[in-house]
Amino acid sequence: MTVAIIDYGSGNLHSAQKAFERAVREAGLEGPVVVTSDPHAVLAADRVVLPGVGAFADCRAGLDAVPGMVESLDEAVRRRGRPFLGICVGMQLMAERGLEYVTSRGLGWIAGDVTMIEPSDPGLKIPHMGWNTLAPCRDHALLSGIPTGADGWHAYFVHSYHLVTSDAASLVATTDYGGAVTAVVGRDNMVGTQFHPEKSQRLGLALITNFLRWRP
Amino acid sequence: MLKVRVIPCLDVKDGRVVKGVQFMELRDAGDPVESAIAYDAAGADELCFLDITASHENRGTLLDVVTRTAEACFMPLTVGGGVRTVDDIRALLLAGADKVSINTAAVNDRQFVRRAAEKFGVQCIVVAIDAKRVSADGETERWEIFTHGGRRPTGIDAVAFAEEVCDLGAGEILLTSMDRDGTRVGYDVALTRAVADAVPVPVIASGGVGSLDDLVAGVTEGHASAVLAASIFHFGQYTIREAKERMGTAGIPVRMI
Repeated sequence: MTVAIIDYGSGNLHSAQKAFERAVREAGLEGPVVVTSDPHAVLAADRVVLPGVGAFADCRAGLDAVPGMVESLDEAVRRRGRPFLGICVGMQLMAERGLEYVTSRGLGWIAGDVTMIEPSDPGLKIPHMGWNTLAPCRDHALLSGIPTGADGWHAYFVHSYHLVTSDAASLVATTDYGGAVTAVVGRDNMVGTQFHPEKSQRLGLALITNFLRWRP
Repeated sequence: MLKVRVIPCLDVKDGRVVKGVQFMELRDAGDPVESAIAYDAAGADELCFLDITASHENRGTLLDVVTRTAEACFMPLTVGGGVRTVDDIRALLLAGADKVSINTAAVNDRQFVRRAAEKFGVQCIVVAIDAKRVSADGETERWEIFTHGGRRPTGIDAVAFAEEVCDLGAGEILLTSMDRDGTRVGYDVALTRAVADAVPVPVIASGGVGSLDDLVAGVTEGHASAVLAASIFHFGQYTIREAKERMGTAGIPVRMI
């Protein structure tokens, strides 16, 4: 199995690559985890991962700056149905629009916008930074076997914005930070996590393993 | 619910842990990567490397340590010490750091914080503030920024500086009391609270931890979002689990593994 982690000048790809390599081993699978900015490599991969840190507009611009990448992503994910995982801003890019600093277009795969989190308690700090638990909204293969709820495992978040979807069916899990904050979205063969699975220790490795085994 | 983070901090010099770390199963107490792996297994919520290498030429050694740590530990890593340029930050992030801590460079040029945040996002820019109490007894409490390991006063008010760097794009403040650092008498909770209540971003309390109750006070009285400590963990006085159990007993939400 080939996993392509898209390199578009955003994010800490090294640790993502290492986490995926370990999950590949633990899942009893074989095959390379490549960090690539080559659209052909994305088309050829069995699993596509879009990471991302920083501001939405910068990430969008970075993605657009790689010739043919947005087209390849669309072809691989939308038309050929390859399993796709977006991480952090990579997940936010699945939305229709990002409203951070300026309004910019997302990939338009998940209905909704990326907006600033607004905790009901004004004393809560922004960014939402640290370990939080997940509240599932529906079953999803990505969360299979992962304890959720207040006593469940923790995921590592660091963000000020989140994807607010207008399509309730696309909301897979939330986390509580002065109200529900979007944690996982998904539809068809695409899924995205606001938190960083590659930094989330056992929850992260379990989730990545689920993604590698997922047959949507 | 978001949990309060417990963060062990390792002083690294020329690629080695300076004070040494005394863990049971550690093969090499001076290797930061071994320490990181042990803390990862012990349930630390984040890890902080502070590079105190005097010369900038040994930077490659630090980058190697960060790279090897990121390969072995799937947890957040903050690296600081000697970060002066956007290229320094980029190199650390590419090596595998998740957050980079800026100290003196932010004092010398506050716009550096803005440039760094614009380039890499506020989520990875930590501003480290070393502050000393400068008010006399009975006066309104006041703290000033000191640089060069607490030797050089700057005349800059610590709370005002914290507010300013947050406006410029700091995503987190690592706040160290120079009065308390190494004393083991507890955080300067008045300083911690003054800064934590003034800024919108998370504040990490640092400097002076000698007991587990000090960690509790940093959160309950100091209003810190995270607590950082070095020696109480390194020398095996307390485990991360013991720290979290005490915090949990005090009603602080913590992540137990």
